Order: sequence, then structure tokens, then C-alpha cells
Amino acid sequence: MSLTDRAVETRSSHGSASRSGFTRLHPKKWLLFFVTALLAVLTVFPLLWMLSSSFKGLNDVNSLSLIPAAPTLANFVYVFTEVPFLTYMFNSFFVATVVTVGALFFHSMAAYALSWLRFPGRNVIFLAIFSTFLVSLPVILVPLFILAKFLGLLNNFGGLIIPALFNAFGIFLLRQFYLGIPKELGEAATLDGCNYWQTYWHLILPLSRPVLSALAVFFFLANWNSFLWPLTITNDQNLWMVQIGIANFQNQYAGSWNYIMAASVVAAIPTLMLFFFFQRQLVTSIKASGFK
Amino acid sequence: MTSGSLIAKEQAPIQPRKDPPKRGLSRKHREWIAAALFLTPDLIGLFIFLGIPMLMSLLLGFFSADGFGNFTFVGFGNYVQMFSDAQFMNSLRTTLLYIVAFVPGLFITSLLLALLVKQKIPFVGVLRSMFFVPNVISLVVVGFVWKFILIDKIGLLNQILQSAGISGISWLGDPNLALWSVIAITIWFSMGYYMIIFLAGLQEISPEFYEASMLDGANAWQTFWKVTWPLLRPTSFFVLLVSLVSAVAGSQGFDLIYVMTRGGPANATELGIFYIYEQAFQFNNYGYAAAMASFVVAILLVATIIMFAVTKGGSFESD
Repeated sequence: MSLTDRAVETRSSHGSASRSGFTRLHPKKWLLFFVTALLAVLTVFPLLWMLSSSFKGLNDVNSLSLIPAAPTLANFVYVFTEVPFLTYMFNSFFVATVVTVGALFFHSMAAYALSWLRFPGRNVIFLAIFSTFLVSLPVILVPLFILAKFLGLLNNFGGLIIPALFNAFGIFLLRQFYLGIPKELGEAATLDGCNYWQTYWHLILPLSRPVLSALAVFFFLANWNSFLWPLTITNDQNLWMVQIGIANFQNQYAGSWNYIMAASVVAAIPTLMLFFFFQRQLVTSIKASGFK
Repeated sequence: MTSGSLIAKEQAPIQPRKDPPKRGLSRKHREWIAAALFLTPDLIGLFIFLGIPMLMSLLLGFFSADGFGNFTFVGFGNYVQMFSDAQFMNSLRTTLLYIVAFVPGLFITSLLLALLVKQKIPFVGVLRSMFFVPNVISLVVVGFVWKFILIDKIGLLNQILQSAGISGISWLGDPNLALWSVIAITIWFSMGYYMIIFLAGLQEISPEFYEASMLDGANAWQTFWKVTWPLLRPTSFFVLLVSLVSAVAGSQGFDLIYVMTRGGPANATELGIFYIYEQAFQFNNYGYAAAMASFVVAILLVATIIMFAVTKGGSFESD
């Protein structure tokens, strides 16, 4: 469950000594541990509260106890039967998956050209891409909406997917990784008669599996959680993604916090599962984003 | 990721093959064509969906545009209007307050957390995960969970405070409190992400510096200011820049405010970006919204330039 590679190193290098000497830990370290642990518990408490409340009945939902007095699944049943939640989840899953796969494909191609191929204007193109880092969705929302309308991207999957494909972050990260791959490998591939596409497909892509999986987790999470863009370009309920679904659910069931918390848990579970299974990949991509 | 420059170093040329060039195209030109083909999908996409909207937002500000494709040139009309629009001015003040509280608050919180979880303490991996986990939850869900905890009278926090004899606090309903509540929640959401970035920066500082500082008899406080702080400067700069951009653009603020307060009470949480959204998508004033958005971009640029200047050119080297 360690968040970073270093943590693993720390633990293994101290190994059994620190484990058997657990009680012999310096008192200062104990104090530090308790303070940190207390803060960590406070940090996750709101999420535990959400989970607990999703199992409480309407009369019970404002009680102070973390363990529900009479745990019930009724809230979840209600959410799935009264609202097309499965459709929302399918839409989110579909959009997030297509965006992730498409973005990784395009970005790795661009990054390969920007790191391994030599052509005039390469650095200018890279800096131009890099500078789009400063542009964020809320700032260009209005013109992007008008453009999407003009291109016929309102109220369809194309509009949810295509504009979400393009960002500088993935190109930047992949390019950094590709610059680190020894060029001798490329020369060997050329001698074997590989053309540029074959070098990219048979050499670069397999080698970049770690960074691609890190980015995949990052992109999937970002798209599953995205709200503003789907909110702006879809009003057809059949196209709603899960975040729009629950935001609307709150309008409808204001005050029924047991239902709202159950819906929130359903929307959060896929992201939490991704986090628990792929946290190393996620942390890798975040660390790499702190460019040096 | 030690490569210092954003510019790729020139690579050693691959040995040219001795066999004659195919179909008259030299190897160099074939490489150019290959590069163009590899770059095409992303370049076209970035140009259409980021480049064109950027240009459009500058132009659109000079038009009055409704939702039905009618554009009327109004010159600087929109820009004149926005400076006499009290609600827009108020939203700029709110944005400024948000930035001034959020950026330093987030910086200090996440740096302190990184310093805590850098220590060799039991279960440090689990503790790091616990600090990070809010960041994987969507902001819509985050908004609901906190709204539920903060409801007047019957919410968890107010019930706890009640038992301590404090009552009647309206975290999201009091115009003097609501923005602070939203800022605190945004920090809670973001701190794990920046903690990881700080942690990566801290782990890159060679232990030798700490050993030398210990030999000199420096205490923890002195070590932090003389060793950690200067060596952490590139990371600090990155954190400040990214959190500033996200604060101005309302990357987190928008979702939370949409779910929790809708800009209220009494416009107390109406960030600039939220007012612009309302003007565009509730009142169909697209041109006016675009003019205000380009003004926000101008603020963003100025703020970034100031930051580069204050941090001595944003130099990624620590002197």
C-alpha cells in the first residue's frame, strides 16, 4: 500500500530491524506518527461518513454514529431503479475509455516524432504545444462551445470524446520518457530494416508500457470525473455522464441525503478502485508532471 | 527526469545507410515526412480545440452574440460594459480573495504534509495514500459530501459543535463564511496531489546536504531554511504556478460552487469564471462572456509574469 517507490526502499532497507524494533522507535518518531495518523484519519473521515450515510435510512441519516444503526441497501436499490444510473455509468465508462486509448495513441505518436525524429522547426512546435499548458477549459469554454456547435458536436458522443482527446500534458510526459530511451536501440531497429512506423510500433510502444499505464490511469480518472464539459454540451439525458447524473439527482431529491450519498458512493467507487489497484502508476504520472 | 532543458538535445545522427536512396527521396526528407505524419493528429486537434478557441475568445469579445448564431459587431462595447458591471467587479474581487487564500494555504498545507510523510514512521505508505485519496474523488461528489457535513443545524459538523456549546453557524449560508468554506474544501481536495509533488522534490535532495548540515550542528529549523527551502525552489515554483493557474481558471472552484452554492449566498462565492458561465449559458450573452473571459486570461498572464519575476525568472536552478 505504499505510495512511492522510495517508501518501499525505506522499508526494505530497514527491514526486519525496524519491525522487531517497532516498540523501540524513538519517542519523537512515535509522536510524529500519532500526529500524522490523526491528520490522515481526519482527512479520510468525510469519505467514511459518505459511505456510512449511504447505508442509513432517511430517519437515521442525520444521526451522529459512524456505524449505521440499521444498515440497509435500500438507498442503492432506489438509486438504480428510480434513475437510469447504469446508463450514466456506461456513458462515463465508454467516453473515458475511448478518450484514454485515443489520447495515448495520438500523444505517443507525436511524442515519438518530437523526441526521436529530426526535422526543421521541431523545438518551435514543441514549445507551441508546451505553451498550451496554461490554457484550461473554463477559460475557453464559451468559444469552444460555439465551435463545437458549429462542428455538430452538441449532444453526441463525438462532442464528449473528441475535444477531450487533446492536451499537452500527455505529449510532454511521453516525450520526456522517450528522450531517455537509448538511441542505439533505434539504430539496431533501422539496421534490421524497420521503417519509422515499425520502429514506433514494435520498439517504442512496448518499451513505454510503464509510462503509458501511468497516463492511462490519470486520463481515465480525469474523464470519469469531468463535469464542466459534459454539462455544457449535453442536455440529452441518454448521453449524461455519471457526474451530470448525480448533480441532477441532487436537484430532484434535495434533502434526501441517504439517496444522494448512495449515488455519490456509486459514482466514487470506480475511481477508488482504480486508486487502490494502480496507485503506483498514478503517483508516477503526478511526480513526472512536476517538471524539472 | 533529470534532463534540465525543455528543448531536446540534438541527437547523434543515426549512421546513414550505404544503400542508394529509394525512389529519389533522400533519407532526410523521408524523416521529415514521417515526422509530419506522426504529428498530424495531435497538431490538428490541438489547433482546432485549443488554438482556435483562444483566437475566437479574443475576437468574440468585440461582438454581441446570442445563442442563435447572430453576431453583431459592438467594438469595445462589451469591455466598457464589464467595467461598469458591479456583479462582474464583485466576482473579480471574489476571485482575488480566493487566489490570495487558496494558493498560500494549499502551499503550506501540502508542504507540511510532505515533510510529515517524508519521515521514517510506521505505515508511512498507508498514511500517504490516506492524504491523497480525496483527490481521486470527483469534485461533484466532494461537493455533496461536504454540503451534507456542513448543513445548518443537523449537519455533522454543527452537531459536533453544538455539543461543545457552539451553535448557529451557517458554513455555506453565511456570506462571510461561505467562500472560506469552499476554499478549505478545495485545499482538502488538492493537498494530496501537491504533497506528492513536494515529496518527489524533497526526495531529490541529496542526503549529503542534510549530513553536512547536521555536522555543522544546525537544528531542524535551521536545516529547513538553509538546506531544504533553497533546494526545493524549483518544486515550489511549479506548485505555485500550477495552483495559481487552477485558482484563476476555477478548475476546482467551478464544480464545487456549481454543486454547493451556485455562487451564493448574496454572490459571496461567485468566482469570475462562474459569473462568465452564467452570462453565457443562462443569459445567452456569449460575446459579453467571451470578453470577460479574455480579461481573465489577461489577468492570468500578468499574474504568471509577476510570478516569474518574483521567483527570479522562475529559474529552475537553485543558486
